[in-house]
This record gives sequence, C-alpha cells and structure tokens, in this order.
Amino acid sequence: MTKTRAETDSTKHRLAWALIMLGALLMALGAWRGEVAVVLQKAIRICLECIGIG
Amino acid sequence: MAKRQKTERVRFRRAVQLFFAAATNSYVTGFAAGRIYQGKLKQLCHPGLNCYSCPGALLSCPIGALQAVIGSRGFSLSLYVFGFLLFVGALLGRMVCGFLCPFGLIQELVHKIPFPKKIREFKLDKPLRYVKYAVLLVMVILLPMLLNNAAGEAPPTYCKYVCPAGVLEGGIPLVYFSPPGADAPQASAALPGLPPVKIIRKEGPRFVTGALFALKMSILALTLLACLVIYRPFCRYICPLGAAYGLLNPVSLYRLRLNDARCISCGACRRACRMCLDPVQQLNHAECVRCGDCVNACPTDALSLGFGVKREAKLPVPGKEIQ
Repeated sequence: MTKTRAETDSTKHRLAWALIMLGALLMALGAWRGEVAVVLQKAIRICLECIGIG
Repeated sequence: MAKRQKTERVRFRRAVQLFFAAATNSYVTGFAAGRIYQGKLKQLCHPGLNCYSCPGALLSCPIGALQAVIGSRGFSLSLYVFGFLLFVGALLGRMVCGFLCPFGLIQELVHKIPFPKKIREFKLDKPLRYVKYAVLLVMVILLPMLLNNAAGEAPPTYCKYVCPAGVLEGGIPLVYFSPPGADAPQASAALPGLPPVKIIRKEGPRFVTGALFALKMSILALTLLACLVIYRPFCRYICPLGAAYGLLNPVSLYRLRLNDARCISCGACRRACRMCLDPVQQLNHAECVRCGDCVNACPTDALSLGFGVKREAKLPVPGKEIQ
C-alpha cells in the first residue's frame, strides 16, 4: 500500500522532532564530556591552518 | 501572489542574510586591532560556514570545531558538534544555506555581478554535487581521525587545504589589513617540495605566507570566478556543511510544502529554481537551499515555506468555497 503525501509528511515531521531531540541530547553529552573546552581553545586562537599560514 | 509581496519576500531574505552575517561578525575591534574575539560565545557554533579566525567572528565554525575535536588528543568523535549539526539540520535543513550562511551570501552577491554567460546547468553538474559528501566524509571526518602526529593531534585538513571561507574571512583581513603587531603568532608554511616563504609586511611582518597561502588564495579566486558564472558553486559541489544539512533536508521541520490541489504543473517553479531542481517532483531535495524563488514564482500559491506540515491543509483551493 502506498502512503499519501500527508502520511509521509507526518512521518517526516515526527522523525524531524526525534532527530532534534537526539541532536540536543548529543550536544549535552558532548558538553558533559568536555568537548566544549576543546572547541573554545581552538576558536580563541588564530587558526593558522584555516587562514592559510601554516 | 501579488508582485509587491514577492518583492518583499526577496528583500526579507536578503535582509536576514545581511543581518545574520553582520551580527555574528560584529567584533569590530578585531578588524581594527588585527585580533580575534576570545570570549565565551565561541563555545557555540555558527550554523553556517563562518571562519572562527575571522577577526569579527563571535561564534565557532562548526566544520572547524568538528575537526578540532576529532583531531584532538582526547576525542575521536565529536558528540557536541555532531549533535549541533543534527539539531540545526533537523530543525532548519538547508534553510541555513539560504538564509544564515555568510559565505552563501558572498556567493550570491558575486553572482549578481553581470557576466556575459551565466550557466544554469552543465553536463557534470549532477555528478559533481556528490563531491561535497566525499569532502565531508574524507577531509572533515576521516583524515582528522586518522592523521595523528606524535602528540596525538591532527590538523584540520579541510580548513587547511580547501576552505576558501577561511582565507577570505580570516586570512585576507589578518595578513593584509591588520596592523603589524608583536602580540601575534608568526608562522611559516610551505607545502612539501614547494618554494620557501615570502614576507608580506616589511615593517614588522605579522604573518609570513607561503605556498599554502598561495594555494588557498587560488582556491578562493577560482571559487569567486565560478560564482560569476554559476549560482552558489561552492554550496553545490564542495561545502561539507551543505552536505551535512542536505542529508537532513528531506525531513527537516522547516520545509517546502506543496498543495497538490493548487498545482497546475506550469513549470514556473522549475524555471525559477537556481539550484536547477524541480520543486514539484523533488520537494525538499537535498540540494534545495530554501531560497523561496519557487514560492515567489508559483502563480497559484501552491508552494509555501514554513515549519511543519499543517498549513498546507488550510490553504484554500481555487474555485472551491472555504467552509
């Protein structure tokens, strides 16, 4: 049986919410295990590779 | 849809693009003093491609941050940045490309410059669009994961060898326009087997550039030249961030909605799409940057952009009375 567009859209809508929740959870886990500090340390120094120096 | 309303929509998108690019790069002192913002906001990622070494940048580049964490000693995968990409991608999809990405804005503005021949589509256009997925997988994820040095750290391969946004937003302002200062790091760079470095600023060089800088400037020049001819070539073929959001585009909450009952299959949306898609057949395709050109072109208002799916059902059908 083929799904109608409305049914497909509804499924996608639910999937989007599930992925948003998962994304938020992963962000929280990443922050909890200290990844934010790594990001900050990299971002507050001029990234010589990024600007093409070294 | 009234012509005035369409014009307003186009202007609104441009205003959002300009505002977001300016607001997230508003550390004006950085440009004047030749340094970058070092506050805590940099813990957060920018949704678009925006180099964190741009003197004005207040936020981190998600692609740079992803490589930094993957390439660091302590982690081999970044839950924080993957989570961020998943969150933003599932919420907005490639609307980020169309509305929030500063490098996307730059490409659009360059494309507005008159040029004798503007190309919409060419033979290799479709296959080349898969290159960005390879860039994401190989240069952003695998190489920083595998190329560890003695200290257990890996360079940000994509940022180092590909990213034209880094050299445009960070490299050019810092190398050519920042005052020569003693507080800045100096470095030399050369690709293996290529000529030695060249001093840019004789009165106290702040940065010393070499073959790597020349390579990145060439990539930038090529990208900007391509923008004159093709609409958003970097987004289409290279951008790893566009690839990540593209994977989530078909399910994202902010989406293009089609009211089948109103569609008269006139093809106006297909002709208006500068990403060369057919919105009716390829609704919410991975390449759709949600620019809204198709929505503006639709003579029957069958297409709309928004969050969720509910509004579609409420749209009235021409010739039918609303109960």
